[in-house]
Amino acid sequence: MGRYLIRRLLWVLLLVVLITLFTFIIFFVMPPTDPSILFAGRAPNPRLIAQVKESLGLDQPAPIQYLLFLKRLFVGDEYGWPGFGFSFLTRSPIKPVLLERAVVTFQLALGAAVLWLVLGVGIGIISALNRGKIADRAAMGFALLGVSAPVFWLGLMALWIFWQQLEILPGTGYVAISDDPSQWFMHFILPWFVLALLFAAFYARMVRSNLLETLNEDYIRTARAKGLSERKVIFRHALRSSLTPVVSLFGVDFGTLLGGAIITETVFNLPGLGTYVVRAVGNGDLPVILAVVVFAGLGVTIMSLVIDVLYAFLDPRVKYA
Amino acid sequence: MSSSTHGRSGAVGEPLLRVRDLKVHFDTPDGVVKAVNGVSFDIYQGETLGVVGESGSGKSVTFLTVMGLIRSKDARLEGEVIFDGQDLLTLPDEELRHLRGKRIGMVFQDAMTSLHPFYTVGQQIVEGIRAHEKMPKKEAWDRAVDMLQTVGIPKPAERARQYPHEFSGGMRQRAMIAMALALNPDLLIADEPTTALDVTVQSQILELIDRLKQEFRTAVVLITHDLGVVAEYCDHINVMYAAKIAESGNTRDIYYGAHHPYTWGLLQSIPRLESEVQDLKPIKGQPPSLIFVPPGCSFHPRCPYVMDICRTKEPELQSPDGVHASACHLALSEKERIFREEVLQRA
Repeated sequence: MGRYLIRRLLWVLLLVVLITLFTFIIFFVMPPTDPSILFAGRAPNPRLIAQVKESLGLDQPAPIQYLLFLKRLFVGDEYGWPGFGFSFLTRSPIKPVLLERAVVTFQLALGAAVLWLVLGVGIGIISALNRGKIADRAAMGFALLGVSAPVFWLGLMALWIFWQQLEILPGTGYVAISDDPSQWFMHFILPWFVLALLFAAFYARMVRSNLLETLNEDYIRTARAKGLSERKVIFRHALRSSLTPVVSLFGVDFGTLLGGAIITETVFNLPGLGTYVVRAVGNGDLPVILAVVVFAGLGVTIMSLVIDVLYAFLDPRVKYA
Repeated sequence: MSSSTHGRSGAVGEPLLRVRDLKVHFDTPDGVVKAVNGVSFDIYQGETLGVVGESGSGKSVTFLTVMGLIRSKDARLEGEVIFDGQDLLTLPDEELRHLRGKRIGMVFQDAMTSLHPFYTVGQQIVEGIRAHEKMPKKEAWDRAVDMLQTVGIPKPAERARQYPHEFSGGMRQRAMIAMALALNPDLLIADEPTTALDVTVQSQILELIDRLKQEFRTAVVLITHDLGVVAEYCDHINVMYAAKIAESGNTRDIYYGAHHPYTWGLLQSIPRLESEVQDLKPIKGQPPSLIFVPPGCSFHPRCPYVMDICRTKEPELQSPDGVHASACHLALSEKERIFREEVLQRA
């Protein structure tokens, strides 16, 4: 177990180096224009460009620039740790805004994740256990709808029905839970469902096929031969192995979402990382884009580490692999 | 056939399991697969029955059906499977479940895939015990460790806490046997228990089953495709071909006077140390499809002694002495002559 953990940690370290290296190359080395002009925003003047060059160390050779970039990120810059830099366009440090928006995205992702896990796994199980029957067909019909319906359309339809027509939910926007818990919930419920639906559909299909495959395994026949009740055969034996791969998929999906759910956030006007980065792209605010890319990359990496460790507990064979 | 006249060896009193005209047909998109097509036999208390046949001859399906593990909407079951006075084919699922694992234990071919990879061996044995007997976990655990000891696993207390992948192939199969015997069943069905194992380990496992059979007074069904394996351990042998019993009899009858050309083929394809490789005589041709079974005797396309009648009329399973039976049109005297003059010479 200890050796496994150390190996995973070293792997994560390598990933962090690769992520930062690639983003550095994309943002600082590849652009044909002087990066200090790009970082200075829409209407740079010579004084600002010089200031950017100075603060990012862009007059140094590329390898030194990369090390400076790493140092700012992991040791911190004049705006604190981790150093996400300064938006020359809005003339403000990025870190406080980024964290504030990450919190919104996190709430969106977490609520949606709980929903899609419950829905996806539940529907997948029901579907597999009633293979070929009405329940299975209905569930797979739902899954097809969920996979095919575009999120923006689903979001707009949901808003139109529940907000405009039925008037049972408030409109778009974000209310902090500390300000008004019930309003917070009412504002989040649609985004959660809309975001969860797509994932729930994928997960339902995966759980269904995994479970059907597992039910054909020899050890399920053994469990039945022991005279276990069908409930135990399914829940203790079949689900245990068919849900393990779901855990690893979930880690990747959730980690990715932490970098922002652009469409959902846009449709529901949520001030998360997704809308943040979209606006930054529109404005050409390069420091913000860079900060979000690095943040999202680290989010995926850390989630995958968490999942790997969890996996070692779920599958006893992993420790020795 | 002197042994036959003394009756069935190992048979005492009423049969423990009585199977009559069992049919298991599966509806598939390609047609109806007749996996078991009219099979009848008895198993007596404390007896070891060997069931021999090629893959797809219906030997495994027969006993999976006995266990109630073939119950799906695509499977049509007919006939009678009487175990201790109850017909297992019509028994409700819940009552059948109480027999499975408790009164009938089963050991499968590949212990690696037949044990759950995520639970320790001890947990898996305990689970089986507690499915049928209410007892504290601790007590069931102690019984599981005892069973592991009984099947010859060294350091059983330690091994019980390990996962199947930490066991060697032979040890895994021992653990499977411990699991199947934990509740002291009346009948143990071993479905090719040694096929996945090294040759050296194979005989150890068979010896173990033989020893435990005496110790637990359990009737054993040994399913195998290797006639050589069953000789030493079985009282009675059923030879299956194309979803039916081709020949059945006491082990002595089969070895020293087989009556069916298919059994002759099996006997001639047993490798022996003293014989040359060229002496091995495999049975020519392929086993028939169970959807389109040849008309007449299903073995006739591969039979060296085929006669005209074999192509049109299906032979009944007939027994001159009530014990040794075969389904073949050849006259008894002819069978005995061929066995003596041709089969014994080569085998």
